[in-house]
Amino acid sequence: MPYAAPNRVNDFVIKIATVNGTGSASANGLLMKAVFRSGVPVVGKNYFPSNIQGLPTWYEIRVTRDGYRARSGQVDIMVALNVETYARDLQEVTSGGYFLYDSTWPRPALMMRDDVTVLGVPFARLCNENFTGVRTRILMKNICYAGALAALHGIDLDVIRQLLAETYAKKPQLVDNNMKAIQLGYDFAQQQFSCPLPLRIEKMDATRGQIIIDGNTAAALGCIYAGATVGAWYPITPSTSLMDAFKSFGDRLRVDPATGRKNYIMIQAEDELASIGMVIGASFNGARAFTATSGPGLSLMQEFIGLAYYTETPAVVFDVQRVGPSTGMPTRTQQCDIHSAAYASHGDTRQVCLYPANPEECFEFAPIAFDLAERLQTPIMVLSDLDIGMNDWMCPEFKWDESYVPDRGKVLDDEALAKISKFWRYYDHDDDGIPQRTIPGVNSKGAYFARGSGHNQYGAYTEDSADYQVVIDRLRKKWLTAARMVPKALIESGNGTELGIVTLGSGDAPVREAIARLGAQGVKLDYMRVRGFPFGDEVEQFLEAHPVNFIVEQNRDAQLRALLTLETGVAKNRMRSILHYNGMPLAAKYVIAGVMAEVQDYSRPAAQLVRK
Amino acid sequence: MSFMLKPKVAHPDLPKNALGLTRRDYEGANSTLCAGCGHDSITAAIVEACWANAIEPKNLVKLSGIGCSSKTTAYFVAGSHGFNSVHGRMPSVATGANAANRQLGYIGVSGDGDTLSIGLGQFIHAIRRNLNMVYIIENNGVYGLTKGQFSASADVGSTAKKGEINNQTPIDPVQLALTLGASFVARSFSGDKAQLVPLIQAAMHHPGFALIDVLSPCVTFNDHEGSTRSYEYTREHYEEAVHTDFVAPAANISVQYSEGESVPVTMHDGSRIVLRKVDKDYDPTDRGSALARIRERLRAQEYLTGLLHISTNQPEFHELNATPDLPLNQIPYTKLNPGAAALAKTLSRFR
Repeated sequence: MPYAAPNRVNDFVIKIATVNGTGSASANGLLMKAVFRSGVPVVGKNYFPSNIQGLPTWYEIRVTRDGYRARSGQVDIMVALNVETYARDLQEVTSGGYFLYDSTWPRPALMMRDDVTVLGVPFARLCNENFTGVRTRILMKNICYAGALAALHGIDLDVIRQLLAETYAKKPQLVDNNMKAIQLGYDFAQQQFSCPLPLRIEKMDATRGQIIIDGNTAAALGCIYAGATVGAWYPITPSTSLMDAFKSFGDRLRVDPATGRKNYIMIQAEDELASIGMVIGASFNGARAFTATSGPGLSLMQEFIGLAYYTETPAVVFDVQRVGPSTGMPTRTQQCDIHSAAYASHGDTRQVCLYPANPEECFEFAPIAFDLAERLQTPIMVLSDLDIGMNDWMCPEFKWDESYVPDRGKVLDDEALAKISKFWRYYDHDDDGIPQRTIPGVNSKGAYFARGSGHNQYGAYTEDSADYQVVIDRLRKKWLTAARMVPKALIESGNGTELGIVTLGSGDAPVREAIARLGAQGVKLDYMRVRGFPFGDEVEQFLEAHPVNFIVEQNRDAQLRALLTLETGVAKNRMRSILHYNGMPLAAKYVIAGVMAEVQDYSRPAAQLVRK
Repeated sequence: MSFMLKPKVAHPDLPKNALGLTRRDYEGANSTLCAGCGHDSITAAIVEACWANAIEPKNLVKLSGIGCSSKTTAYFVAGSHGFNSVHGRMPSVATGANAANRQLGYIGVSGDGDTLSIGLGQFIHAIRRNLNMVYIIENNGVYGLTKGQFSASADVGSTAKKGEINNQTPIDPVQLALTLGASFVARSFSGDKAQLVPLIQAAMHHPGFALIDVLSPCVTFNDHEGSTRSYEYTREHYEEAVHTDFVAPAANISVQYSEGESVPVTMHDGSRIVLRKVDKDYDPTDRGSALARIRERLRAQEYLTGLLHISTNQPEFHELNATPDLPLNQIPYTKLNPGAAALAKTLSRFR
């Protein structure tokens, strides 16, 4: 069903279809920022190919006065600048929408839909007449469409001018060139069409205290503030920008002004087998170390993750999930590594996972991940995804709590080691399953031999069944301790309903929007977002309190539902899957459709929905 | 090997090093390798070198992968931390450890199976980074723990215990390291302690990646007639090209070397190594000619040994990364945290 409200002011979607490598990113960013600076909430999604130049690419700007944070799944105005995709781009426009194209060349075949208004602006001709040089003309053509859109949507040109001045502060001649292109598009649209369209921007005051940032940048900044000093990685989409950002923040925030030396190191490893090994080596030596990767990299890291689990060595792994299996679709999003992260490696292993939902949680979870890694002496998997990691999110500006002190866990220093007669690496002194740990270079009394082979609680090699079992059982006890330490599930219940809806990570934004929209239709849902694994007691309690729980996730195999089934005592038939796994970010409309398919007659008691 | 626990009592007359420690203080757990294993001789040489260099045990980190050789890191310097990692991937653990604390000494012990098969990628990339560590390959041409399969270093024509003949070309870690620009490349024999100990001492003082490939016969699976890695064959087919004497910092060179035959090399910390040329035509400071000579002798089935190449002017890993002298794991958090004001400033460009 269409959700088009009669009032489209500050509530519509612009989608821009261009060719990869033509510089359209800056024009798209400029447009989105201009809306944001007008005080109107925005969502920016980039649908790009695994390619450097030549393949089709799209950018979607959702203007949302209600401040929704998910993609909407509809297109109100399509800016079609890629001839290759004209036909499908036209098909995608919502009935009643607009189709803006480059009319330098006539396209009679475009007039195939009578429910879409086609608008032609001769971008190429305008730019060819006004600029010289092939590259400049191509770049200015993109800026030119931003100008046309400014007129069509009533965006204040002063806001655009200011943004350009900030962007090109060091190259003022570029401001003039760009502004000229903007004006060309703007004037043409003003003269030819009745501007602004009903899809227009009206200034609001809903973006104060907000920033626009992607999750990878936020996670990198979080690592800087968490005190990480060693980052080891192998390039892989969509995690690469996390490490790029760590380097750029490091060069800005971590260089000793007196010596020029860097208080961090970034190691580009030969592969993910090595990057995780480096993280383990650095953590063993007491540095805060991390890596960033995606599904294929996580697969390669499995053996080493098991070693870290069994030798009880901290490690932080950011897994920015992309579409699998195998190479899959590297530039599309999914939540498909839930299983391979939770049970990474052979043998009885289980890994602590965190599931951030947006860039602000990527930032907040970074210090939590390092604290947990050191407190629990185990790998911490932070499962972001391409949607969170690489798209542009409006977030409340991050704040830093100056009172934060890193939790180094049970590390015995020189003084503590001097006081004890003997150090036993894997002994459970505190009955919480967490042993004591030492760092090399401090005191030879604390020396121990970390090994992936069988060891007893004193740290010595063993092939003795009972000795082996003491350690492996203590690791289980540590796991139960971990369940009390990971971020609790976020629960919003008490809506007087028997229907629960559960998601994790980037499912948050679309599910929240779906809850709001369904609520307006009289379907009430209680909400739970899982934020960590192992699950706390609250997870099971929520599921038990609702006869029907919709489990919303972005993979084919219902991995979260399976994990909930395995790790809680909740009956399977209380959990109903809503799955979305085509690689595009989840939109509320799919969640609503999934819920409505089950709740045809929502006056019916929910208990009746439980399948026998 | 059947063995009894050695009582930890030291005779009062045992010689002490500069730290007042005896050789016994550099021992580790008892070896569980076969009696007569070449690896145990290398362990003894490491103990001797650590004692002679007066290494403070807490300042040494021992690293290894998987296999017989990798077990040996438990058999020396019990007062040092050790990390027995996964197969072939000790170099990455060493890289991370070194990244976190540049002040400690790192000694990695690996085998030909561990380094030259699954570990080949990590081995060569550690060389490319000129990671400051001693990397010892205990090279016996065979997989011992899995009972006698050929390794990637087995020579063409060498026979396995059950008679199978290897027909795949071997990977020689020495030539590989030389072509990759390694700054310290040595080959030795587990049966030649007089050569091996000063090599390890010198390697520990070398600021960069120091490779010592040690031919180390496997008494159980590769010590038979027809094997090119047996004790007998190795003794007959190795020739020392350059003998290395190690001179600790501030010590006087007591032996006079005749000019033209010896090359003194001063290390960055003031220690010196004196390369005594046994083979007069061999130049260990010229990578190209060294490589050519090694190849030429290998064609004649002779292993050249000693410190085969050294260059002291190649920047090591931390210099290449512009890290501070203070180890990264010791920088106080107050220096790592840019603070709330810097955060607000950083985020201003996201508005």
